Amino acid sequence: MELPTSDRYHKMSIDSFNTEQLLTNASRQAEARNYQDFPIIDSDAHQYESESIQEIIDYIEDDVLHQIVSAAPGIMSRGRGGYQPIGGRVTRYPLRQIEETPADGVHRDVHLSRRFMDAIGIDYIGLFPTGMLSVGLMPQKEIEVAYARAYMRWMTEKILPHDPRVKGYVYLPFNTPDEAYKMLVDFGDKPGIIGALVTSPRYAPIHDNAYMKTYALCEEMGLPLTFHSGLNWNDPLMSVTNRFISAHALGFTLYNVIHMCNWITNGLSERFPKLDVIWTESGLAWVPWLGQRLDNDYKMRSSECPSLKKLPSDYMRDMYYTSQPMEIPNDLSFLEATFKFINAETQLLYASDYPHWDMDLPSTIYDLPFLDEAAKRNILGGNSIRVFNMDVSERYPDYHKAA
Amino acid sequence: MGKELLVGKTSEFEDGGKKIIPNGKSEIGVYLIKGEWFAYQNLCPHQGGPACEGLLMAKVEEIIDPEKKTYHGMRFNHDEMHIVCPWHGWEFRMEDGVACGDAAWKLRKYDVEVRGEEVYVLA
Repeated sequence: MELPTSDRYHKMSIDSFNTEQLLTNASRQAEARNYQDFPIIDSDAHQYESESIQEIIDYIEDDVLHQIVSAAPGIMSRGRGGYQPIGGRVTRYPLRQIEETPADGVHRDVHLSRRFMDAIGIDYIGLFPTGMLSVGLMPQKEIEVAYARAYMRWMTEKILPHDPRVKGYVYLPFNTPDEAYKMLVDFGDKPGIIGALVTSPRYAPIHDNAYMKTYALCEEMGLPLTFHSGLNWNDPLMSVTNRFISAHALGFTLYNVIHMCNWITNGLSERFPKLDVIWTESGLAWVPWLGQRLDNDYKMRSSECPSLKKLPSDYMRDMYYTSQPMEIPNDLSFLEATFKFINAETQLLYASDYPHWDMDLPSTIYDLPFLDEAAKRNILGGNSIRVFNMDVSERYPDYHKAA
Repeated sequence: MGKELLVGKTSEFEDGGKKIIPNGKSEIGVYLIKGEWFAYQNLCPHQGGPACEGLLMAKVEEIIDPEKKTYHGMRFNHDEMHIVCPWHGWEFRMEDGVACGDAAWKLRKYDVEVRGEEVYVLA
């Protein structure tokens, strides 16, 4: 495969591609840091479910929708716009097409997941979709419902049963609240499910009464609710930006900023005190910003948020955050302040986002000079084990969960 | 005095070519660019990616009208080639290994010597 570059003089041609080889330096890091001594949980890894779209379409139960999406599968990943691989500079995007996996009945997504887990030193992953992160933007709510149900059947039948190291989340078709609830009922207790997923790019007020029974059921089932962010370059506000860097930096935070605001100001943490809420793939730098803004306004306008019994930022410190894409400034004291703001030692969950372009290795946490060994291990694995109630005894028989 | 690593014969390189050679627990990427030799450790200072295994890309520049200060697109500047780390796309100047996005970071650079037909890296 010839990779596109700036001219033919410096062309690059690759005959074969293997994830383990690409991640050789990551394996060296894992060995040097003795990752084998403690569990590492990746709370946000990805699959490209669009590569298996025909398999998923086969699970769509509605005959008419099945026929429509079979004829035009592209409508299920409504374009967010953008070019994540930076004009081909992140080579694993095109090269994954030529990576070979065994034809042994185990799904390719499982094989590829195992490869990067083993290379990086990760023990377990929570696997998210990729294209489906945009399905909440579809004007046809019924397609989100049908696609979500087909995806969940595919995940729980074709992917999760093949490797206990690969975990998944129940996709909630949030634009149809009753169907979101039903999805949780139908799939929330399936083996390998560790949480419920709301894809953040959407225009739904998450404080609407229609969602309360879904939150209550998550709380009752002990399933964390995770808001996975994303971007939508077609959003009228975002469409003012002309560079992907802008749409990405803003979009992946903006949707979670808005949902977090609604969650806090409507007092949902008071209504669902035992529901763990996770904010995924927005990085961390937005949290001190929003917390300080809300605290400052709340002190003047507490009458608008009568359910609150403490400052907004106090509720934010009760929530969980996945680490990637972690902003790592040259002056690490800024990051240290962010860690302090969110109580990172207990609230931060390591995430790689692999194989996406801005993936983070465990060393982004392990090498931070202001963390002690216990804090590093909590963030890299212990916190996720606790929040997701994971059993890691198969790989770490002597591991004891923190209280 | 550091060690010398034999890279190979000059005839193995076309202009614009590269070769990656082992060096202990890492590797070194050796480049021949428009008649000049360069060598860098195959280790990105960002997250440790194999920087020398990625693409070579020309520098991207904006076309700005110097009088009106208006924008008129982008172009490649083929006089400045960049080493691109394949993990995250960090770019480094071929000339000195300095990161294009933040000059506080750079690839480890090695000297290259050509003796007769043979190319050596001084590691």
